[in-house]
Amino acid sequence: MSTTGPEHDYKQKLAAGRFEIQICGACGKHVFYPRVICPHCGADKLDWVAAVGAGVVYSSTVVRRKPEAGGDYNVALVDLAEGPRMMSRVVGIEPTGVKIGMKVKARIAQGDPAKGEAPIVEFTPD
Amino acid sequence: MPNTKDLRGSVAIAGVGLAGCGEAPGWTENEIMAAAAKNALADAGLTTRDVDGLVCASVNAFLTGLSVAEQLGIHPKFTDSTCVGGSSFVGHLLPAAMALNYGLCDVVLVTYGSNQRTGVGRAEGGKFKAMLDPQAFEAPYKPFNPMSSYALSAARHMHEYGTTRTHLAEVAVAARKWAQLNPEAFTREPLSIEDVLKARLVSDPLSVRDACLVTDGGGAYVLVRADRAKTLKKKPVYMLGCGTAHWHRQISSMPDLTVTAASESGPRAFEMAGLKPSDVDVLELYDAFTINTILFLEDLGFCKKGEGGAFVSGGRIAPGGSLPVNTNGGGLSCVHPGMYGMFLIVEAVRQLRGEAGERQIDNAEVALAHGNGGVLSSQITALLGTEATL
Repeated sequence: MSTTGPEHDYKQKLAAGRFEIQICGACGKHVFYPRVICPHCGADKLDWVAAVGAGVVYSSTVVRRKPEAGGDYNVALVDLAEGPRMMSRVVGIEPTGVKIGMKVKARIAQGDPAKGEAPIVEFTPD
Repeated sequence: MPNTKDLRGSVAIAGVGLAGCGEAPGWTENEIMAAAAKNALADAGLTTRDVDGLVCASVNAFLTGLSVAEQLGIHPKFTDSTCVGGSSFVGHLLPAAMALNYGLCDVVLVTYGSNQRTGVGRAEGGKFKAMLDPQAFEAPYKPFNPMSSYALSAARHMHEYGTTRTHLAEVAVAARKWAQLNPEAFTREPLSIEDVLKARLVSDPLSVRDACLVTDGGGAYVLVRADRAKTLKKKPVYMLGCGTAHWHRQISSMPDLTVTAASESGPRAFEMAGLKPSDVDVLELYDAFTINTILFLEDLGFCKKGEGGAFVSGGRIAPGGSLPVNTNGGGLSCVHPGMYGMFLIVEAVRQLRGEAGERQIDNAEVALAHGNGGVLSSQITALLGTEATL
């Protein structure tokens, strides 16, 4: 076992400005979210690799919220170019403008440390 | 080697009961549970003194099996408190049936209670749950869960198959029409397609009228071996088949948002029962949100994948339609106290006994109860039948 677990390591990498996912040394498939055992083949040979950062919106919803609470926002499922799907948000466009099939590219949002928010991956239209 | 088909018809539901459905202010979860348990046992002509097997589940209580037994004053020889979300109480048929078949116990009480509507501390409780059971790769994006997860499924189903908000509204309206025939249903005022379409969106494409109720309520059923059931006071309702499947916990890990694990649990249940969808007289499907009913009708084989929206149109699943679905009014209009699976079983049993009053389906012999848990995650299908189906 390495000194820390994959979730911890993923967050550390994001904090250092790197969006990495895992690749299985046994079956060759990419994995997200980060795990100990490959969910495809069961091997424990998962290594880190830089994400290409390209994706396609698989599905999208707009969470409705009163303007005084911050207004409506997007929640999307994005299929990464490498294969895995992740939950994220598409920004830089109206929440209702995010469409299934839209090409998007990843960036790291820093979050507000005052609110206890860690860096996360978000997407913009490509 | 034992065969799963040995379970077919080996056990029967001898009693069902409800309590505190709607609003039960001033009642704790375990008190509502106990009131429902009393009603189910009385329905079977039994008391807590007869119970030696206990099956229950809770989204709140740690060691729930111990608390429930203590509250009821029973000393079980067999206990199971598996929680896979709202589907749990459908799935509980299997461990209970196995325990009865192996003689581990003779009378199993499956029981549930919740004060989700009037109980205090819900918001605070939600924060603690998020801390204790973090969904680290979804929570930062603030999905309004569970609704946003179902919304993502609905959006994808619309994209792939042309399903519309009107199709979803058909599900809500059918449920309401059934509720209007059920004096125990919580929400019975008229509801039109137009009402649903103009309702406030919460997480697109789902509106507040596409979502289940938040109520209090408890339910229970009593399971015994088939020979014992014949000696008790009510007409036995036999377990003909039960199948379970789950593929994910978080919606982002669901392989295809238009295909649920009901596509596995359904065939497993039908295989055990030796039945097919056309044999089913009445369906109780876990309708946490309107999209559920459409997905489950497809995945359980009542229509083809993608055709669920058209299938539910024109009142097909409403009173007077050709396929009766969610005859109590469902989670959408009857009752939904946190986890709804128990209420699927209770309504299926009442239909098979001919006790459903104005909403009774004529000559109902086979009922399907399908439970859903998590965010389209756990899928559990049960087939129940009268003595004529053995």
